[in-house]
Amino acid sequence: MTVMTTAPDKRDNAPILSVRDLKVHFPIPGKGLFAKDRPLKAVDGVDFDLYPGETLGVVGESGCGKSTLGRAILQLIAPSGGQVAWLGKNIVGIPHRDMQPLRRDLQIIFQDPLASLNPRMTIGEIIAEPLVTHKPELGKDEIKTRVKRMMARVGLLPQMINRYPHEFSGGQCQRIGIARAMILEPKLIVCDEPVSALDVSIQAQIVNLLQELQREFDLSLIFISHDLSIVRHICHRIMVLYLGNVMELADRDSIYANPKHPYTKALISAVPIPDPEIERNKERIVLTGDLPSPLSPPSGCVFRTRCPFAQEKCATDVPTIDRVSETQEVACHFHNSI
Amino acid sequence: MTTNHILTVENLSTRFQTPDGEVEAVNNVNFHIDPGETLGVVGESGSGKTQIFLSLMGLLAKNGTSTGSVRYKDKEILNLRPRELNKIRGVSMSMIFQDPMTSLNPYLKISRQMTEVLVEHRGMSEAEALKRAIAMLDRVGIPGAAQRVHMYPHEFSGGMRQRVMIAMALLCDPEVLIADEPTTALDVTVQAQILDLLRDLQTDFNTATVMITHDLGVVAGLCDRVMVMYGGRVVETGTVRDIFYDSHHPYTEGLLKSMPRIDRANEDNMFAIPGQPPNLQNLPTGCAYQERCGYVMDRCCQERPLLKDFGDGRASACFREDGQ
Repeated sequence: MTVMTTAPDKRDNAPILSVRDLKVHFPIPGKGLFAKDRPLKAVDGVDFDLYPGETLGVVGESGCGKSTLGRAILQLIAPSGGQVAWLGKNIVGIPHRDMQPLRRDLQIIFQDPLASLNPRMTIGEIIAEPLVTHKPELGKDEIKTRVKRMMARVGLLPQMINRYPHEFSGGQCQRIGIARAMILEPKLIVCDEPVSALDVSIQAQIVNLLQELQREFDLSLIFISHDLSIVRHICHRIMVLYLGNVMELADRDSIYANPKHPYTKALISAVPIPDPEIERNKERIVLTGDLPSPLSPPSGCVFRTRCPFAQEKCATDVPTIDRVSETQEVACHFHNSI
Repeated sequence: MTTNHILTVENLSTRFQTPDGEVEAVNNVNFHIDPGETLGVVGESGSGKTQIFLSLMGLLAKNGTSTGSVRYKDKEILNLRPRELNKIRGVSMSMIFQDPMTSLNPYLKISRQMTEVLVEHRGMSEAEALKRAIAMLDRVGIPGAAQRVHMYPHEFSGGMRQRVMIAMALLCDPEVLIADEPTTALDVTVQAQILDLLRDLQTDFNTATVMITHDLGVVAGLCDRVMVMYGGRVVETGTVRDIFYDSHHPYTEGLLKSMPRIDRANEDNMFAIPGQPPNLQNLPTGCAYQERCGYVMDRCCQERPLLKDFGDGRASACFREDGQ
């Protein structure tokens, strides 16, 4: 079965979403009375295209800007620069009333399934809310029918429609979040760590559900995660972020079989494999230290302070993104020699 | 009965009184740990894996009670009075927790939090204790330990905080280290550093380690023996090879199959264990795993399978072992 994991044939379609040089800088008050604000560069110049029916994985460590990127794409955080073209039209900085109708097609699901549901609303009300907002012409009965249909589709019993979020387990709450995102039949869902808070046995259920929905509705997904094993399973292409910069962007098979960037290599080699023989004998690239503060990122290549292969050039020159093959781009001066 | 087990747990049960009735979080658990050994304790949230160790450390919530026996060497320690227990916990047995931010006191400098144990338990002077604290921070890989010991917890990153916790737990050279999901809140590259550290420390100090985790990858890399928990009971035990290459219990098998693997391109749907983890307040008659099990038989819904011992520490609680 290769139907769903091979990337949809991209060249036939125009991208549904084109992101160019996207920046999100947060102003941080400087120290001292007359000090200027300093920019915290959470996302600093990200480019990519997303095609219909495709899943793009965004991976990186905490603080790398992956959630900020997801929110900036949806205009939930105003970008400081760059473009986000949705169906060919730039949506950065457009007025609220022009943005509102587009939100039907742009949805998000969150990491903490319980915290993202209003505890004082029944799950029927929660799932119906996007319909009430975006399709006020629908009657009560029609809304209820659609909510029940969607509940059944995501694996919730429709008779639970009048219950409250606290009555559900983590996995079921995530299904409620998915039903709320799917009720308007959107074209893109940003999934921000949707399975990280769930037990192992439940993670697989939710991943399978997302993949089924993707096939059924030709959904595009941006799958933000720190779990590279899950990402390998669900994503067609993967973007590796570090301190708000793209380190590598490639299709799944290239990135796992042949990672080019030292950071990607280190990330992949650090993931524990549930097999004692393999896990104890595998080669590892060990990174020292922690992520530097995004307030004072290293000069040149942002990764150089933790890179085992860093040389002088890395401190002075910012690496450009090199296209190493049809499906793989990498931002490293020495990707050919390491 | 003389053994060289450093910790022996027999028939441990832990119950909580709640407004909705009694909940049996841990049910009749038996195991032991030897010096220098790493025991992995695996299970989903609510499986009772943490409560076992909170019980034996005397850290249960107020509405919890434990019965059974826990022996540290030959000394019974379950339900000891805090004053007696304090001679052992933090000294011979230490515990590190998942979230290093909530387990460190935000108002106190690291130096104060670390020296307290040494002054209290080892009768060291403040100066000696500080020296030892700095040496230990250095050992766990904190750069500039002599300066950083005077900082507050919020001035450290997550990985560094977890190192502080580990250093703190090791201050009195414990013989048993209980690590409750010590890397779950950390990034993978930092997780790898911490796991390396735990491995090194174990070689250096010959500490018996308990690794409570839901991540089978961590278990595969670190543990000698594994205990799998489900619904408050042990469902399978064995060496790490037994568990990973020849698991007997359907839950262990399901858990292994549902782990996504970074070294494999899986072209099909992921294997998922159907259903939800059991509600401890409302466990079914018979096997707790029956509703999610692919091999369920009539018998599983009527009686509960007992943990059957196959020798060499290998055991499984499933009727399939009886040859039906």
